[in-house]
Amino acid sequence: MSERTRALLEEHAFLAGFPVEAIDLLAASGEPASFVAGTLLFREGSLADTAYLVTGGQVAVEVHAPNRGPVVVDTVGAGHVVGLSWAAPPFRYQFDARALDQVEAVAVDTARLRAALAEDPVLGFLFLDRLASVMLGRLQATRIRLLDLYGPVRG
Amino acid sequence: MGEAATLVPEPYVVVGRRQEADDVVTLLLEPTDGPRPDFAPGQFNMVTSFGRGEIAVSMSSAAGTPGPLEHCIRQVGAVSAALCAAPVGSVVGIRGPFGSSWDLGDVEDGADVVVMAGGIGLAPLRGAIIELVARQQAGLGRVLVLAGARAPDQILFADDLRAWERAGAHVGVSVDVGAPGWTGTVGVVTELLATAPFDANGARALLCGPEVMMRFGGRALVDRGVDPARIRVSLERNMQCGVGLCGHCQYGPLLVCRDGAVVRYGGLADELFMERNR
Repeated sequence: MSERTRALLEEHAFLAGFPVEAIDLLAASGEPASFVAGTLLFREGSLADTAYLVTGGQVAVEVHAPNRGPVVVDTVGAGHVVGLSWAAPPFRYQFDARALDQVEAVAVDTARLRAALAEDPVLGFLFLDRLASVMLGRLQATRIRLLDLYGPVRG
Repeated sequence: MGEAATLVPEPYVVVGRRQEADDVVTLLLEPTDGPRPDFAPGQFNMVTSFGRGEIAVSMSSAAGTPGPLEHCIRQVGAVSAALCAAPVGSVVGIRGPFGSSWDLGDVEDGADVVVMAGGIGLAPLRGAIIELVARQQAGLGRVLVLAGARAPDQILFADDLRAWERAGAHVGVSVDVGAPGWTGTVGVVTELLATAPFDANGARALLCGPEVMMRFGGRALVDRGVDPARIRVSLERNMQCGVGLCGHCQYGPLLVCRDGAVVRYGGLADELFMERNR
């Protein structure tokens, strides 16, 4: 377990309020990772074996559309998590994730994390509870965007 | 300006125009005769396109400064389309100023001010932001500008946003839909609050934009610890007379032209936003 990984996790907003054993677990399953602008963190369809706790920079969540190329559907910055597909079957990423600028993150081995959470239901609930909060926030934000509030005024 | 005078449009000449986006134009206006009345940021004028009609438009220039009056107008109907098309040298009518202001004199020294705008909602806040940036430079409290737009080519006052950032303001911009070359944030403007660096204790917040955005924005600010009584929102209704006589802009207990457009969120707008019978 690297001290740097631990320090990054202790400061990360996603883990705010988590007990020390949760930080220990993530620190044992993760390592710092860097991505230069334009590189992919992961690709749609591949095994969701890593979750990224972003500590710096901005990540675009993209989908590749025919004749349009990559279409950014969301961005994720420091203090947030990208790569949630490990949390539920089929455990495959549903979008591409690309660094928009220099991105720093803690890359977490999700197979190891899942195994550890299965062993400790209290920690498992804690993680899934926090993940549910993140996913709910993204769902609500997506619904607001569907309203196209700044678009043409309709009667 | 007396009440009788406020019912008669004064002629103003278009001395300049800026195309802010495809469907958004800022008109720079000077009275054809006499001095231009001053106003407070957040107030509005009734702007006439002669022969077509009149609409309420907030001032987008800074108060208390010389130079033309600025009105930023989005083309959504016949009158606004005519105003957006008004060429330099043409004459429009102005009645006002009307309504309440963002009440910047009421912001405590040292308090941070969060400004959240959606779409054309940045226009009524522009004058206030200019004052708040100067206030920050005087060491009286930070200003954070969080702006949302539909797409990158719809971001208003892009030069101002860059200038405010250079002057020390925290500026965050988010678009609902990205575009090739856009490397900024894609998402809802309220999400910018999560990483906005401000002290909620004593903070003031100013919101302007679509009502749904203000509803969610107000809640997000309260979740960050901002006192609901320190949040102001700018309401939009069908304003016609501008002086609280005709009743067209009635919204619950308010006549928006007289009691607004800027009102308190906590204990007023937050409750109005939840009413369904309107």
